[in-house]
This record gives sequence, C-alpha cells and structure tokens, in this order.
Amino acid sequence: MPTVGVKRDLLFKALGRSYTDEEFDELCFEFGLELDEITSEKEIISREQGDTKASGASDVILYKIDVPANRYDLLCLEGLVRGLQVFKNKLEVPRYKRVSPLSGEPQKLIITKETEAVRPHAVAAVLRNITFTQERYDSFIELQEKLHQNICRKRSLVAIGTHDLDTISGPFTYTAKRPGDISFKPLNQTKEYTATQLMSLYKTDSHLRHYLHIIEDKPLYPVIYDSNGVVLSMPPIINGDHSKISLKTKNVFIECTATDQTKAKTVLDMMVTMFSEYCAQPFTYELAYRKEKLSGKFINQKVGINESTEKIAHLLTRMCLLSQATGAGDEIEVEIPPTRSDIIHACDIMEDAAIAYGFNNITRTTPRTYTVANQFPLNKLTELLRQDLAAAGFTEALNFALCSQEDIAEKLGKKISEMRAVHISNPKTAEFQVARTTLLPGLLKTIAANRKMPLPLKLFEISDVVLKDETKDVGARNSRRFCAVYYNKSPGFEVIHGLLDRTMQLLEVKPARGEGYHIQTADDSTFFPGRCADIFVRGKNVGRLGVLHPDVINRFELTMPCSALEMDIEPFL
Amino acid sequence: PTAYCLASVSLYSMADTGVLETLLQRVEKVDDGVDSLAVATSLGVDHQVIVGAVKSLQALGDVISAELRSSKHWELTEEGTEIAEQGSHESRVFSCIPQEGLAQSELMKLPFGKIGFSKAMSSKWIRVDKAHEGGPRIFRTVESIDDQVREKLLLVQKGHSTQLEEKEKNELKKRKLLSEVTVKSYWITKGNSFSTTITKQETELTPEMIASGNWKEKKFKPYNFEAMGVAPDCGHLHPLMKVRTQFRQIFLEMGFTEMPTNNFIESSFWNFDSLFQPQQHPARDQHDTFFLSDPAHAHEFPQDYLERVKKVHSEGGYGSQGYKYDWKIEEAQKNILRTHTTAVSARMLYKLAQQKFTPVKYFSIDRVFRNETLDATHLAEFHQIEGVVADYGLTLGDLMGVLHQFFTKLGITKLRFKPAYNPYTEPSMEVFSYHEGLKKWVEVGNSGVFRPEMLLPMGLPEDVSVIAWGLSLERPTMIKYGINNIRELVGHKVNLQMVYDSPICRLDS
Repeated sequence: MPTVGVKRDLLFKALGRSYTDEEFDELCFEFGLELDEITSEKEIISREQGDTKASGASDVILYKIDVPANRYDLLCLEGLVRGLQVFKNKLEVPRYKRVSPLSGEPQKLIITKETEAVRPHAVAAVLRNITFTQERYDSFIELQEKLHQNICRKRSLVAIGTHDLDTISGPFTYTAKRPGDISFKPLNQTKEYTATQLMSLYKTDSHLRHYLHIIEDKPLYPVIYDSNGVVLSMPPIINGDHSKISLKTKNVFIECTATDQTKAKTVLDMMVTMFSEYCAQPFTYELAYRKEKLSGKFINQKVGINESTEKIAHLLTRMCLLSQATGAGDEIEVEIPPTRSDIIHACDIMEDAAIAYGFNNITRTTPRTYTVANQFPLNKLTELLRQDLAAAGFTEALNFALCSQEDIAEKLGKKISEMRAVHISNPKTAEFQVARTTLLPGLLKTIAANRKMPLPLKLFEISDVVLKDETKDVGARNSRRFCAVYYNKSPGFEVIHGLLDRTMQLLEVKPARGEGYHIQTADDSTFFPGRCADIFVRGKNVGRLGVLHPDVINRFELTMPCSALEMDIEPFL
Repeated sequence: PTAYCLASVSLYSMADTGVLETLLQRVEKVDDGVDSLAVATSLGVDHQVIVGAVKSLQALGDVISAELRSSKHWELTEEGTEIAEQGSHESRVFSCIPQEGLAQSELMKLPFGKIGFSKAMSSKWIRVDKAHEGGPRIFRTVESIDDQVREKLLLVQKGHSTQLEEKEKNELKKRKLLSEVTVKSYWITKGNSFSTTITKQETELTPEMIASGNWKEKKFKPYNFEAMGVAPDCGHLHPLMKVRTQFRQIFLEMGFTEMPTNNFIESSFWNFDSLFQPQQHPARDQHDTFFLSDPAHAHEFPQDYLERVKKVHSEGGYGSQGYKYDWKIEEAQKNILRTHTTAVSARMLYKLAQQKFTPVKYFSIDRVFRNETLDATHLAEFHQIEGVVADYGLTLGDLMGVLHQFFTKLGITKLRFKPAYNPYTEPSMEVFSYHEGLKKWVEVGNSGVFRPEMLLPMGLPEDVSVIAWGLSLERPTMIKYGINNIRELVGHKVNLQMVYDSPICRLDS
C-alpha cells in the first residue's frame, strides 16, 4: 500500500477547512484511506539519522496517508484534495478537456521500430501555460516518483520523463541505439557521456543503480531526440540536462515509455489530470471518457441497500464518477474519468456506491445459505490423535515447514540428493532452502532450544512434510506425519515403542504380522546401528523408530541419548 | 509424603518422643514456665534439640505456648574451652614442674610455657634459679595452687555465669577466654490443652486404618495448605493449535465445511492468475513470494479454463475491461509456496462450478508462506484462517452480517468496516474491532466479495456471489496468551515452559 506524505496545513488550506487529527482520521477511514502517521521532516530525519542531523530540518507537520494500491489518482496532494472535496459535496466533478496549441499543430512523438526489442511503447502529452510554485513543483516531482515506485513497477513497466517544451522542438523521435552511439549531458551533470559510460557512472548511484538492469543487457538502448538531435531522455534511466524543468517552466512535455501500453496510458493520464489544475485553463486535457450503463437494482442488490436511482447516481458522482439516471427504468449512466483507471467492471462502480453510502451504514444481514458442515477427514484424524498423544504424556511442538538442506540431510546422516525435497529458488537465508521432508529435525531443534528444561523431554508433532511427486499437477504433495521424540539420560526405546503401541491401539490396529502391525529391524544412517526398526501396518511400511545415532545427536547440539518415531498417518484414513 | 506434610514431618524427626515428654514434665512442675536454654543446660543437650521439641509440640495444637525471647549470654571462646578442660596455662606450668625443678629452656618448649611462666611468676607460684649450674632452673614456691581461672570458666560453661561478678567476667573477656553472645530462646508455658503424654500424630490415612477403623482414635497432623501441590505428569497441546481447534469449532458450529489445504506447493496459476491477480502485481515478486527451483513448474491445468483466465486478464470479458497486457503461460506455470489459502478456495470454487451449483460454505486454517522481512511479529510462514460463502444473491450486507456472527463467537462485538483494495475482491473491506484495552480501533481481518473476473471464467452462474474473509491465527493467539515475540510461540525456539503453563482456550471469555 503506497504512502503519501502531505503537509497538513497545505492540505487543510486546499480542503478549505481544518480538522482535528481524529476528525481527519475518521474522514480517511470512511473514504478508504488510512492516516498512518503524524510526523515532521525533522522527526523523520531524527529517527533515521539521529538528532544532530535533524537540527535545522523543517518541523512542519506532515500527514502520512496510506492509499489503496489501485488508486493512482490519490498519490499526490492535488488528487487527494480533489477526491475528498467531491466526496464531501464541496466540489463538482472536474471535467478534463484537451486543447490544441495556438499554432493549431499538435506535437508529435514518432516511435521507430528499433524500440520493439527493448521498450516498445511510448505516449506523450503537453501541459500548457502551467504555473509552478515551489510546493506544486515538489508535488509534481513526488508524484512521478510515487508512480515510478507503484504502477510503473520501479520503472520496469513504465518510465516518465518531463521536459521544458520551450527548450526543445518537435517532432520528437523515440528510437533505440547502440549504447556507444548515444551521447548527451545527463540531468545535473556538467559534461557529455556515452550511454556505456553512464551505465558505469550510475553503478554507484544510490538511486539510479536500481534501474540499470532493465536495459543493461540489451543491444540497443531506448532514447528520445528532438528535431535538432537534442537528447530528451534515455528511458528508463535518466533525462537530458538540456530540457530539464524548473519553477519557471511554462510548458511541460511529458513522455512515458513502457513495456505495457495500458499502464503507459494510465500513467500519462495521471500526470496530466493531476497537474492540469495549474494550467491557465484548468483541467484542459481531453481524454477518453468511458461511459457505462448499469441498473439501480444491480447496485441495490449487490450492496444490500434500497435507494432510488437518483440517489445512487448522486452517490457515484461523489466518487468522481459523474452519473445520472437516464430515465429508462432504473438505468444509470456513469462516466468513468481518465483518473479512474481502477474502474474496469461494474463491480468497481458498485463498490464506489457502497463507499459513498458508507459501509457502516449498510444493514448487516444474515444469508439464508443452508449447509451441513463436514470436517476434512485427514484434519479430523489429526485433531483426535493430537488429544490422545498429549494424554499419553507427550507435549506438542510446532515447527516450520521450511528449513535448510542441512537440517533434512547432512545433520541426519543423509544426502540431499536422496531426499525427495522441493527446493526454493530465492531464499533470503539458509533457513528457507527447502520444504521439510521429515518432522524429526524440527523436534530435535526444539529440544536443543529447551535444554534447560527438566528431563525427560517428550515431544510430538503431527503436521505436513512436502515430497516431490510426479503424479501431481504441481509435481509435489504434502504428506501428513506423526513424529515423536524421547530425550533423557537413557535412550528410552521402550518409551517410544510403547507410544507406537498406544498409537496403534488408538487407531484400532492389533499387534500382529499380516493384518496388524509389527516392527522389523532396519538400516538407517540416522539411527544407531541395530537400534532401528521399520513399522509395518497391514504389510505396508509406514515409518520408522529407533535410537538416534550419536553423530545425529551431536549435530543437533544435544548431549543425551534420544529415541524417535516418525510415521505417515494418511494410511489410517 | 505429600507436600502438605513435609513441614511437620521434618520437624518431628528432630525431637524424639523422650525429649518431648521430659520437656512437658518440666513445664508441668513450674507455674510460670521454663526457659528452653535452661532446660537444655540442665538436660545436658544441645539447645537446638529443645527448640525442635518446642516446634514439634506447637505443631500438635495448643499443648504448650512458647514465647520467643532473646537474652545476653556468656560463652567460652576456643581458648577458654581448652582452659576449662585442661586448666589455665599457669596451672599447667606449675603442675609440670617436679620437686627437683625444671630447666627453663625445657619449659619454654611447651606450647603453654611462655604465657604460663609469666602468669605463674606473677602469682608467685614458681621461682627461677638463674645461677643454677647447667642454666636457669625453675622451682615450685608453694605446695599447691588454686586454679581460679579454670573454675570461673567452668562455672560459665555450666551455665552459672551469674555467680561471677561483672568485673571478673570482663577480665576473662579481656584475656579472650570469654565472649558475650545474644541467644534466642523460648519461654515455655502450659497451653490450653496441656498434657504430659503425647499421642503420636499420624501423617496420612492408610488402608489399614480404614480396614480396622482405628482412624477414629488417631490424631492427624495438620496439612500445610500454603504449599503447592505436586505437578501432574502430563503432556500438553501447543497453544497455537489450541486456538486453531477453537476456530475450527466456530466454523463447524456455523455450518462451514473444511477445505483440503494440504498442498503447500501451488502453481502461480491457482495462487494468482485464477484470482485475477495480474502477472506484474508486486505480490508476484521475488521479494514477496518463495519460488521453487525444483520442481520449478506445474505441468497440468484445465486447458479451457486456463484459456478463459488468459482472456479475461489480457482482453477482458464478462463485463470487464481486463488488464490489457500480454498474459504469459510461463508466469502461470511457476511453482511457488502458496502465499494464501485462497489458492485452495479458487480450486474448490472451480470444482464447484463444474457441477450443478449448490450453495456452499467453506473454511480452512493452514500454513501460508511469504518471502518477507521478518520481525517480532512476522515470520516467513504463518497460518491463515479463511471463510467463504457462495450462494445466489449474496450482498455486502450479508458479508458484514456473517462477519458479525463470526467475530461475536470470538467475543468481539464492536465491528466497523473500512474500504480497502485487494486484486481479487470488489468491494474489499478491512475489518476493525474496538480494542477496550488500547482504546482504539484495531484491524482484525480482511474481507470482500470475489470479483466476477475470478468467478465467471470458472463457470459459476452469473447471479452467484461469493463472499470471503481471512485473518491470521498467530495474531489472536499472541493477544490471547500475551506473547510479544512470535518466535517464542512458533518454531523450534518455542518456550516449552510457556507451552506447559498455557491455559485452555476459550476465545469468547
């Protein structure tokens, strides 16, 4: 969820009134925002870098507001204010219109086919006769950054470039060239660099280095020129210094290059609709308004309210969706402005009606859905067994399903290649290399972390392990296991064996070969030689028990003898 | 013996019946009482034996009453004790000198020689013949001596220090033969139920007493109810699992059927694509989701359904604009550790859509995995609780009503809802409850109505709505059991003592 920081006093000035923190928090809640934090620049710096760095920083109050991830139109002060003012019936829904330049000729951006292999889409627009102030300018830059971080997916999907149109001349060309053939003076540098040089220059730049990978390996880099060969930008990395905007800029050329055309259009629409407010003719920018028709009944039924068609149209208008009853039955015509790229289905319109109505004003009802409950049989068995294993004197542990390769292999005296383990490709630490194939390591680690507890330690766990299985659509399946360990001054094989006998009694399996259960000597490097047996139930091997090998005990940083049991419980369903 | 008897049993063993009875006889003979120290002295036993007897008698009830007193008391030092036994140094010097005298050099070799010589000299018991041939020689000057130092010390040792004058005692103190100590003793008088015979008290009821009925004549030692009982030898269920059991119970009470969530490995298709979560969504990033290297891909999908999912993402349909991007099967095939149990809900709803539709209520509580930054309340895996209802014509009001019923069973009645965003639900609502302790609204869950772009490609009827909600199991458990660090609750670093001590779980109290 993106967070937008706005100066409180500026916000209240724009809203035309002031609020207490509580009142503003309430308003946010109702509208689907969250007043996350009340702070100041000084407080932020002091928290992040210490008090000394913070001295002299501004102590103007900042509101940090959490905005839903799909509402790009609320990512700046301008958009927030517009949304809230319309919501509170204090402002008419703005209408965005395109105007032609006085010369009558619109600007052109020509896209060449070389861009196809690297970044095939580009869209552009001009904001004419804009008046920046320091605050507006800061907000303009901040919005670009917010869009870059969110919808633009850190510039990989879309990158925005803004230019002082009066320093360049169209038509513009968006093309792609070999890095060695691109040369220009980048933003805030004093000399020209080739693209190749820039890539190494920015390797150490704390901000820009994160974007280099997007084009680094490509044979051709994207670049935009004006008709005189001036480089506007090398997207998605950096703009040229020549066309940089300033407080004095009157006409802004905005270009968005992208790998996703839909998102490029959305981003351009956002930039333009948000800041056209400051143009000589506010909101002059024509965009595709979409019209949707839906019935009042649809809204009433989905939300669970009973409002007139006119009332519903009014509710929607308060959400910047200019709506009216068409007069044909309960039909409502809704106009989706370019700011609301999140409205892609009638259900999105329905939600806005519900928000405007107030979620907490909706009557809570009970659906009449008649159903009979069933437990998942494997979980039912698990629940019942857990109770009786605790009654047998064993304490339940709860361990992670993810662990290191070492835990399930080397430490148990096994090879990882022999385990049917699923492997994780992007673990941040060794603790998340594989999904466990056995519950035993977790229980041994639990004992190691609780060595100060009085002996004996008797632990159990019934939970899932994960095994590769070619027959499943995803190539792996869970297996529900029961594992128990006994840790004391003597190995206590008879205790673990007794627990097996008790478990079989609970599962109504009699001790007998053939149709019952029996144990039979087995070889396993996890266990002490001659102290390990396979568990057979109705002729099928379901698990193993025994006294742990001293090497295993050492590797888990334990000091006492230990016996263990692990078996599959799915055969008992 | 149980803990209740331990105190009296151990005291009882300090004093045998003989001492107890002798003490009682002494108390009987006097009117105003006896001092325990005086009794010890006169019986010639250690004072602690009498103290033990006093405590044993007190434990019997009101046989005696004993008042603690402290008194100053003279005691022999180590050197004083030696003198009381063997005589003063000067007397020993005197007695070792024979009639014919002793060479001074010989006398000085004795341990007491030096001090004894000078003291005996000043008492004029001996003389030195310096001119004797063969070196100075010592002779007795009197026939016999009176070793007063020893006699005084013996008086003190026998407890008769009062017979000495203060001056004499201080003199002996100066010679480091006596020291003054404070002694605590009991002043013992008759109690209300005084008797010189003791009935032996029984510690416990025995089978023999029950059989013979002689328990009726016995006296039993009182129990010490201040002591703790002996902890029973038992196993324990894990607190998080106890809470899971309760949530399961709530869902079952509400008529919800449990979904099979025993598949931690899921394809991106079922985890994201089927839920109409676009392929560029940040949740599908390496930073947020665990991907698998082996088995890296899922290889089997319902083909016609997959085509419909592809279409709704890339082109739209079912009344939707879609996301209008190039949907790739390669992204959908990527195997992951599921990031939510909603992947299973998707599979279940797809399965439901393949039959003639009947309304369902589903729930699950199981593990989900996030490749996120870890802290005191976040782990890479946690348990998600999820509820789903599918029926004709369900409303947002119905979702709020079901949530109200569900949370009421958790003891939470004050709820409110905040608009939120979630890629696969519309409307989406965050659920807040009023926390009486914190005096503020806190988020307790997430909810919403599944999007038509998710349901219609599955083949569910158009007028069927599916409402759903979810929350974590860990958070309510940590609040319930007052745990601040999640690692103390989940995983091998669990505090087993906490597991042993955790109470039963009633979520509504």
